[in-house]
Amino acid sequence: MATVYIPTPLRRFTGGQSKVTVEAATVGELLQALDRQYPGLAPRLMNGDGQLKRFINVFLNDDEIRTLQGLETPVSPQDRISIVPAMAGGAGKGGQA
Amino acid sequence: MKRLNRDQLLELARREVQEISPPELEERLAQGEDLTVIDIRERDEFVQGHIPQARFIPRGFLELQVEQVQPDRSKPVVIYCAGGVRSLLAARNLKEMGYENVISLVGGFNGWKNAGLPFTVPTVLTDEQRIRYSRHTMLPEMGEEGQIRLLESKVLLIGAGGLGSPAAMYLAAAGVGTLGIVDFDTVDVSNLQRQLLHGHKDVGRPKVASAADRIQDINPDVTVQAYQEPITSANALAIIREYDVVINGSDNFPTRYLVNDACHFLGKPLVDASIFMFEGQVTVYQPAAPERGIEGGPCYRCLYPDPPPPGEVPSCAEAGVLGVLPGIIGSVQAIEAIKLLLGLGEPLVGRLLLVDTLDMTFRTLKVQRDPGCPLCGDQPTVTELIDYEQFCGLPSGLTSGQANGARQEAVPAR
Repeated sequence: MATVYIPTPLRRFTGGQSKVTVEAATVGELLQALDRQYPGLAPRLMNGDGQLKRFINVFLNDDEIRTLQGLETPVSPQDRISIVPAMAGGAGKGGQA
Repeated sequence: MKRLNRDQLLELARREVQEISPPELEERLAQGEDLTVIDIRERDEFVQGHIPQARFIPRGFLELQVEQVQPDRSKPVVIYCAGGVRSLLAARNLKEMGYENVISLVGGFNGWKNAGLPFTVPTVLTDEQRIRYSRHTMLPEMGEEGQIRLLESKVLLIGAGGLGSPAAMYLAAAGVGTLGIVDFDTVDVSNLQRQLLHGHKDVGRPKVASAADRIQDINPDVTVQAYQEPITSANALAIIREYDVVINGSDNFPTRYLVNDACHFLGKPLVDASIFMFEGQVTVYQPAAPERGIEGGPCYRCLYPDPPPPGEVPSCAEAGVLGVLPGIIGSVQAIEAIKLLLGLGEPLVGRLLLVDTLDMTFRTLKVQRDPGCPLCGDQPTVTELIDYEQFCGLPSGLTSGQANGARQEAVPAR
């Protein structure tokens, strides 16, 4: 089973776990399977049309899946999948906020 | 052993060592001949002025260091001192080391100067700076030259908060000559758990003021340029233009897109980082500059084409952040800035560093430029700064106070 790294903002869906294992043939299937194991995750990652949200990156091992075959990218049991969302925190009030 | 007095020794040296006159040396240098010129005077003489092409090795270190400057013993080496005597004697020693073509400059640097030939007065560290930065200058990758470059460099910090604190303090200690700091906020007690630029006595003061005090205390060599204002589409280009590298430690999405776009338009490298609870991300966005041999990498928009809708991503203000975490991440940003300034090593261009302090893993993932990126892609649609509040789905034109209250998701780091 592939290992999935869950980013901190989504760990409330996995009971605080940072790494979970999921059985799937492709990245797309993996994300669906993840949602079955941890309900509520998929809507955080994908739009209604099943596409990844544009502020979420998914990596297979070291490579972003866009540079592979996107959600069709095959997954092997020894692969590491990382979900990396945009985070804004930096604690500085430099901006126009 | 034969006993020689001073004059006899010099006479011997003159017979053995070839000499060159200042105009002849100038002529040969002007013709582009591969001549290694070494100034063997003492440091206090060298800093008063030297032949522009000269490398500096004081007499006492000549034999020990000459191979670092010219390892090929068949190549011509010209050495000079102040008047042409010390160099004559030194030249004999180089011949003993096997240098076949050692030439001494007749009349030395004084002769060169008196002939009206051009010379350079080098920028050098003061005596105190040589001590202050000695652990830097002994690094072969940095040297005195690298330290001087840092002193002449300018780094802009967006935010004087959790990330900006360690970044600013280390860059100040490292001797980055000018630190610009943009932050419109004042120090709150809740900041002190992680924002080391500010102390208890600073509560209520503008952050840029306490930051400037702290930096001056760390290193009086540093000039602080304080911007006690938000960075906006109206001022971003004018501010960022003045700097060599930008460090982003801001706490909201509109500012991240704004700073990314402005740095892209100005061709400035951006060291970007963000933190959340126990986890941080760091990367470097380096705009391509083929004319300077810079290949470049992705930008923030390549990674995150659209911001999360307001409310979707929880904030540090809601979820918290471990106070030490920005200490790690901001320090990584400072290192990356120094690497960019000095051209050292491999900056995090095209790589995203993920730090998870709970399992204490540091992972580096590859990120690539997106040819379809609206900013740095092949057919860009974002060609000037825009309304970033609106882009992030927020009411535009709010003042800071209203905005902070109005949208928790965009001010996560408090």
